[in-house]
Amino acid sequence: MCEKSKVASQQQIDEAFPADGRLAKGPAAIIECFQRIPCNPCFAACKRKAIKEFNDINDLPIIDHDACNGCGMCIVKCPGLAIMVVDAGYSAHEALIKIPYEFVPLPNKTQILNGLDREGKYICDVIVRDVWDSKTLDKTPIISFSVPIEYIKNVRNISMKS
Amino acid sequence: MIEVEVLVIGGGPAGLCAAINAAQAGAQVLVLERHELPGGQLVKQTHMFFGSEKQYASVRGVDIAPKLIDKIAKLDKINLETQATALGIYEDGVVTAEIKGVYTHIKPKRIIVATGASEKTLVFPNNDLPGIYGAGAVQTLMNVYGVKPGNNVLMVGAGNIGLIVSYQLAQAGVKIKAIIDAAPKIGGYLVHAAKVQRMGIPILTGYTVKEAVGTDCIQKAVIVKLDENWQPVEGTEIEYEVDVMCIAVGLSPLAELLWQAGCDMKYISELSGFVPVRTKMLETSVKGMYVAGDVCGVEEATSAMVEGYLAGLAAAESLGYKNEIMAEKRQDYIDQLEALRGGHIGKKILSGLKKVTI
Repeated sequence: MCEKSKVASQQQIDEAFPADGRLAKGPAAIIECFQRIPCNPCFAACKRKAIKEFNDINDLPIIDHDACNGCGMCIVKCPGLAIMVVDAGYSAHEALIKIPYEFVPLPNKTQILNGLDREGKYICDVIVRDVWDSKTLDKTPIISFSVPIEYIKNVRNISMKS
Repeated sequence: MIEVEVLVIGGGPAGLCAAINAAQAGAQVLVLERHELPGGQLVKQTHMFFGSEKQYASVRGVDIAPKLIDKIAKLDKINLETQATALGIYEDGVVTAEIKGVYTHIKPKRIIVATGASEKTLVFPNNDLPGIYGAGAVQTLMNVYGVKPGNNVLMVGAGNIGLIVSYQLAQAGVKIKAIIDAAPKIGGYLVHAAKVQRMGIPILTGYTVKEAVGTDCIQKAVIVKLDENWQPVEGTEIEYEVDVMCIAVGLSPLAELLWQAGCDMKYISELSGFVPVRTKMLETSVKGMYVAGDVCGVEEATSAMVEGYLAGLAAAESLGYKNEIMAEKRQDYIDQLEALRGGHIGKKILSGLKKVTI
């Protein structure tokens, strides 16, 4: 993110996404953390060590997308809620996105919601596919929803239809 | 007269950690906390902490307080008094306090002042209208007492407190019309900014409050753009219909006791106000008086905890309590503080600390 224009630039987003073809094989974590701050729990969260160990806790996280299986544990551990999991192999026309969602009420499976971009603008309708809210998640529920595949890099948030 | 080895004034993250370490080293400790609940700022921090595992990264502030209080309960060398307000530190070394309504004299061998900081305010016409709060006050109302402050908010300040409280207000179903900051850049963590921006909450940098409008309470907020010389630009006013304005423009150390005790104090803008001159081990210019947390420089709860551990250790050691692991622990705290201060906000803190550490 740039402190003046504020949301992540296209270049930053492209760098956070893995190389072409990886997401079609299955889910992977996308870490949108672009500023050096003292923070490293994402490393400890990953059981597969896909997120590299930090030399300095102010370093930006580095993820090996081939080692990542998109389990999503890092989603709930990131204090900045900067991580989502994306799966472009979900279906021919849709991608699956998993995000942290710390609001009530939680949506239900099959519910249709608004898919929003990084500025909160409506992009498209999305369909809730799953909702996780267990004690392990420590009050950071995860919502997975499907989006039309062309919006895979645009949709970053959801909101209820009024 | 209550005789005690280590008196800790303030039961927030710094004070509780100082008490834990002093007691674990062998000292007998009394903690004075003026609220009914110990934990300081932790009790309303529903968000996850940053930092590393040692500073409870990914744990919510509200969950850290019970962990610390639990540790204290298991240490019988600590007496934690709540509803206990320190009133003064006198030349003869006596500290007076009101403990649950009873005026008390305390003679401590060492004092650790961990009184934290309070919210700064902003000057603008009608800034005393009901509905205009400090952002921290709104956070307490909502997260501790479950009271919604209103329905439509203007957040003034895009530092971490402004960004976090905006998010928490949104979680409570309150609409944030905008977050503004006079500075040209967002001062808080950009991940916090991203969370609220993707909810459609606009962040306007380079804007300040021109005035609040309302009769019995705030009904409108008017903001205006600032030029490079921080002067308002005519014709750039924007109005918002709000019933709440939150001011999140920084904190000021609550250093009155240190002034009274005669500590050397310096105004350091990077540390947000008047802070005591201190050694690396957090001892002030008054022998036997230590400081930890926001009172010696407004920073974070993470560094407050580590400073607390350091000050507690130093105070106990100065009383003659020594053990083999102290040196290792001390170095670990110094390393943790260095790591926490490695980012862009840390640079500012370090530059401030250079001016007051002897």
